[in-house]
Amino acid sequence: MAKALIKADSFYEIYERKDGIKDVTHYCPGCGHGVLHKLIAEALDDFGIREKSILISPVGCSVFAYYYFRLGNIQAAHGRAPAVATGIKRVHPESVVISYQGDGDLAAIGGNNILQAANRGENITVFFVNNAIYGMTGGQMAPTTLIGQKTTTTPYGRNVVNEGYPVRVCELLATLDAPVYIERVALTDAKNTSKVRRAVRKALQNQIDNKGFSLVEVLSACPSNWKMTPVQAKQWVEDNLIKQFPLGVYKDLTDQIKPKKAEKQVFSVDGLKEKLNIPMEEEKYSTSVKEAKEFRNMKLKIAGFGGQGILLLGLGMAQAAMQAGYNVSWLPSYGPEMRGGTANCHVNISKERIGSPLVSKPTVVIAMNLPSMEKFQSEIEPGGLLLYDTSLITQKPVRDDIKVLGIPATQIADNLGNTRIANMVIMGAFIAYTSVLDKQAVINALPFFIKRKNLIPLNEKAIVEGMNYVLSSN
Amino acid sequence: MAEGLKKARVVIREDECKGCGLCIAICPEGVLFEQKHLNRMGYHPAGYRGEGCTGCGFCFYQCPEPGAITVYKKGYVEEEVA
Amino acid sequence: MAKQLIKGNEAIVKGAILAGCRYYFGYPITPASEIAEAAAFYLPLVGGTFLQAESEVASINMLYGAASGGIRAMTASSSPGISLKQEGISYAAGAELPMVIVDIMRGGPGLGNIGPAQADYNQIVKGGGHGGYKLIVLAPNCAQEMCDLTMLAFELADKYRNPAVILADGFVGQMMEPVEFPEPVKKLPEKPWAIKADSDDENRLISSIDLELEKLEQHNLELFKKYADIEANHVKYENYLLDDAEIVLIGYGVVSRVLQTVVDELRQRDIKIGMLRPISLWPFPKKQIAELAKRVKEFFVVELSAGQMVDDVRLAVNGKIPVHFYSRMGGVVPSPEEIIEQLMKLNEAN
Repeated sequence: MAKALIKADSFYEIYERKDGIKDVTHYCPGCGHGVLHKLIAEALDDFGIREKSILISPVGCSVFAYYYFRLGNIQAAHGRAPAVATGIKRVHPESVVISYQGDGDLAAIGGNNILQAANRGENITVFFVNNAIYGMTGGQMAPTTLIGQKTTTTPYGRNVVNEGYPVRVCELLATLDAPVYIERVALTDAKNTSKVRRAVRKALQNQIDNKGFSLVEVLSACPSNWKMTPVQAKQWVEDNLIKQFPLGVYKDLTDQIKPKKAEKQVFSVDGLKEKLNIPMEEEKYSTSVKEAKEFRNMKLKIAGFGGQGILLLGLGMAQAAMQAGYNVSWLPSYGPEMRGGTANCHVNISKERIGSPLVSKPTVVIAMNLPSMEKFQSEIEPGGLLLYDTSLITQKPVRDDIKVLGIPATQIADNLGNTRIANMVIMGAFIAYTSVLDKQAVINALPFFIKRKNLIPLNEKAIVEGMNYVLSSN
Repeated sequence: MAEGLKKARVVIREDECKGCGLCIAICPEGVLFEQKHLNRMGYHPAGYRGEGCTGCGFCFYQCPEPGAITVYKKGYVEEEVA
Repeated sequence: MAKQLIKGNEAIVKGAILAGCRYYFGYPITPASEIAEAAAFYLPLVGGTFLQAESEVASINMLYGAASGGIRAMTASSSPGISLKQEGISYAAGAELPMVIVDIMRGGPGLGNIGPAQADYNQIVKGGGHGGYKLIVLAPNCAQEMCDLTMLAFELADKYRNPAVILADGFVGQMMEPVEFPEPVKKLPEKPWAIKADSDDENRLISSIDLELEKLEQHNLELFKKYADIEANHVKYENYLLDDAEIVLIGYGVVSRVLQTVVDELRQRDIKIGMLRPISLWPFPKKQIAELAKRVKEFFVVELSAGQMVDDVRLAVNGKIPVHFYSRMGGVVPSPEEIIEQLMKLNEAN
């Protein structure tokens, strides 16, 4: 041990950020926070890690911990210190991040944040000060307030019927797999205080060694809000708090755990576009098709059952048209629609800038089931096209002011061995009928929307069959 | 090499003391006491009788104020104070 | 550079990574989940970190922590999730942390539905969190802008040490369109204020608290000086056929796309109509609207809300000419025909 016990270097000499007297803390006489601060600061000094340590100050009495610790300081929202600690630790894995929290902060409003940070095994150190009361706001009930304990919000004593029981944080967190070290200690007599000192150092050392999540719960006196003298308050910790919150090690994998060293990320843009799957070169393909005038600004609505490949059909058209030099947009019906539900998408294909991606007056409706035909044929612009699957829709369309093209797409697909490529049969029929795209344009686009490469030849075959059906019927 | 302290010694910065009395209560030798006068914050600061400190450091680890108590142990070399 | 047919939500992630963002903290919610999914897919490939947080609240606070570290980081959600993030957004505004937050708006109030909506305008533009602050708010209306404005959001956020928001609706998020991705940002700005785990950290503090009344007031004054600078320099909007327009439509996001179609159709009928599309919702193009009010006959504002942005239009117009309003809600997007019908009705009434 050092030959002198002196104010640690990890404290600012003068607390410039503090108002008023700048060489004493804002803590009340006899408060446990100051002692824990000293033990932490001493450890940071002794380990030589002050310059790479980052303290997260919580909301509570220790909200101003950053006044005192000569470190990188971040002040967090109430209960969120473990989330903030997670963020900064992920950015600076080489740092030592301390989440310093009180009982209301950690065990009430931030309950899930500490649970999940512990469960992720964040390589951080948490110091949890439990004094069974809300100090900063003036003595209200904490999640750790003892049964029967009077506070300003339990003026008749904490009643389990109304307020439930004191929360034992160490016991709860110790059930998780990830935490490395969890211990409860108490700032009371010299013996217990030296255990706090050891626990503080161990919890920091684990982080330095990249072992993972450590939490030390420190039972601590709040003489002001308990309305006791500091000496009485220490005794009250011994006599009451420790009974409810037994001291001891709740989890310790320090000697078993293998360090997981997280490398600091190096910012690089090497090969970034490739990694992001951004195409480097323009797909050079200019369509040779003549633009049919009535389809110059093509607005499509494609509809059917989920599972018929409705969205993919629209996507394929948009992809092919884009590559062929058109402006396109594709808008799906989105959400929790599963197979068996309905699906539809809106596609715009135009040489001009596209306005509404939402197609309200389609020039083309592709219906792959009866409800879709019934629902959408009335919307088609006069002179527009209704393309439908006669394998599934036996009724005839009622409109007589539109073009109608029926094709037994599902039957043709079935003949090819897979009813799920009916959508590509439709694609073939569509391009053959409208000439908005030629075969090559669609073939070029296939690899962009058919993810399983081995299915491309079959899709190609379906497109050809669809085209042939139209061309042979003309 | 300078010679170290012959006897341990505790130094209390009265201005930083909040008079909580924890150091007095913990001191095994009973060499700390509550002073009669008030400091700038209106507390009766703790004081050292000037004799009898063993350098155990108990008071240092009870005191919540980072700078209020300094304990110099036997053998401490003054020059180390930067 | 080649075009890629891509969802708006995915374009955001690629734009973010091109802008140098390497950290994403988020929570799944429709219709924004593709953003988290794309971030989860791409970030590990580029040496970045994706972390699915335990809650929206945790994700904004992880972002707060990460942004404190001086890197570029983001989160995304949809309306109910953004409500949950508001506390953290207020803290970030107070602590002056640059970050990008994406809100793909859906129908509300409450759980509402997943259809497109624009009823988060007030909670984003006017501040949904406590205290007085401003967010830089950019409203894309196509997949290309989902990329471009995300990149701009990172730039402005860093330039002004302020959170920036991409405010889009479900359709702009879900829609696929061709996007030409720009070159990546090669060097990120220096951030001397950021926590770096080095010897200068003792002089750095990320915090939004100041108990001294006059000091906190001073901080507010400085924030608003910064906001004034942003207002003076970063208003973004699009004029569509406004030169000879007598009727001016105003809308953002997917609505502006519908309004474009309305303008195109009515121009064919020789009606002198145009559109002003606010791209930055804050700072709002109020000067441009005030100027227009001097020479056009009337404004017609369309929103997917009961009327939020229209208040800002009316403030800018200051009663000089009529400001009409039409809206659909609950995830419904009006058709061009529907809006044309409304305009015709107005015309008859005049």
